[in-house]
Amino acid sequence: MERNDPRARSDAYGSRINRSHSPFLANVIPWASIMLASLLPIFAIAAALPMVPPLGFLMLVGWRLVRPGLLPIWAGFPLGLFDDLYSGQPFGFAILLWSVTMLVIEAIELRLPWRAFWQDWFTAGILTVSYLLLGWILSGASPSIPSLVALVPQLILSILLFPILARIVARLDELRLKRWKRV
Amino acid sequence: MAPSGQRRSSYSKRAQYNLFTGYIFAGIGALLGAILLGLSFFQPTLFGGPRGMAQDAASPATETVAAARTGSKGLWDAISGYYRAGSKNADLRREMELARIRLKEAEAVRQENVRLKGLLDLQDKDRTPVTVARLIGSSSSSTRRFAYLGAGSDDGVAVGMPVRSPRGVVGRILETGGSSSRVLLLTDRESVLPVRRAGDEVVAFAEGRGDSLLRIKLINLGINPLQPGDMFVTSGAGGYYPPGIAVAIVTEITDDGGLARIVSDPAATDFVAIEPIFEPDAAQGATTPIEEELGD
Repeated sequence: MERNDPRARSDAYGSRINRSHSPFLANVIPWASIMLASLLPIFAIAAALPMVPPLGFLMLVGWRLVRPGLLPIWAGFPLGLFDDLYSGQPFGFAILLWSVTMLVIEAIELRLPWRAFWQDWFTAGILTVSYLLLGWILSGASPSIPSLVALVPQLILSILLFPILARIVARLDELRLKRWKRV
Repeated sequence: MAPSGQRRSSYSKRAQYNLFTGYIFAGIGALLGAILLGLSFFQPTLFGGPRGMAQDAASPATETVAAARTGSKGLWDAISGYYRAGSKNADLRREMELARIRLKEAEAVRQENVRLKGLLDLQDKDRTPVTVARLIGSSSSSTRRFAYLGAGSDDGVAVGMPVRSPRGVVGRILETGGSSSRVLLLTDRESVLPVRRAGDEVVAFAEGRGDSLLRIKLINLGINPLQPGDMFVTSGAGGYYPPGIAVAIVTEITDDGGLARIVSDPAATDFVAIEPIFEPDAAQGATTPIEEELGD
């Protein structure tokens, strides 16, 4: 008798027979990856310009846009609180802006339920630009023109980074729903 | 991407309430954030405690990465050092001969200095650093310029202490945790440092601009005496920094002073020394904290 294709009973998340998802990973990966991304910029060298994109914020927007409905709408508060501990902005900045971001994306999703990736990228770009500009205004120091000019490389990097981060989020999502557990 | 069906309200009361509570929580979260942000504008040090604890928690990882980074930088320097080694060697030899002569001259000046100070009955206190530590991280995604230091209040570090590298001033301590602390770098927009031109008494303030340059604001306005290439050192005014540490070199002349590039780039700095506050009484007595802007 002919043998079946060994992958016939599996999908992108692994074998469908005798395996099931790990509830722990499925719940933890989005939160842990955003927190890790908030932590990463402090490892960078103490350069004279703000060069590293706000990775935590981009990751949050990435998870929210790539996997709608996964993060609860109030997720901006706890994740922003963690980001505030490390970001160097005044405390409360990320709590406020991340919560507002979640609400804004929710409103956009109500208006435009069907979107292509470039629309998501556009949304993320607009949100990132406003986030960085508000960060410049609400940094606790008086805003000055030279520091605004110094913001430009970071702005461009952040916008260009979003598609890569969206890919990373998609891979993490695959990992999240992998069937690890033997039933 | 297809819209997720979760938002569609169903006949289930539970689902409807869940959705509604989510919005309420998100709104409350945003409101709380706004309140906390307002509080931290008026009291910037209010949340230093949790921040310090969070830094302490992360410092083992950041310390390891910083050590690895400086190690790899050293390796790269060693490799690039072989490139054009011969001509560099000749240059260095020439420079060293000149430096030897200057050193002898400096010794003579030092002796004269000691003699004159003896005449004036001035005493030189030996300044030993509080501790020596590594710069382990930075706020690289924020427009503020902070660095994190691998030593905290357990090592005797206190708020306001000057941080210097072998080349010059790096910044000063802004917040301390148990084993890590936050440094306000010179290039931050809130950093103001009293300086004078090395060699004469042209005094000025060096303000950070947030884009890697310092703005030198002369105190005595009039004919601008600055030249590109002038070196500015700390003047000791304000009581935080000891006088005579290198700060910046003027690169461009403006109407009221100039723009200067810092001597001790924190990105190129490995270990830094944390020194005690130069004149604690003077620093206490100064009514205007150094981070506040002094006139315009």
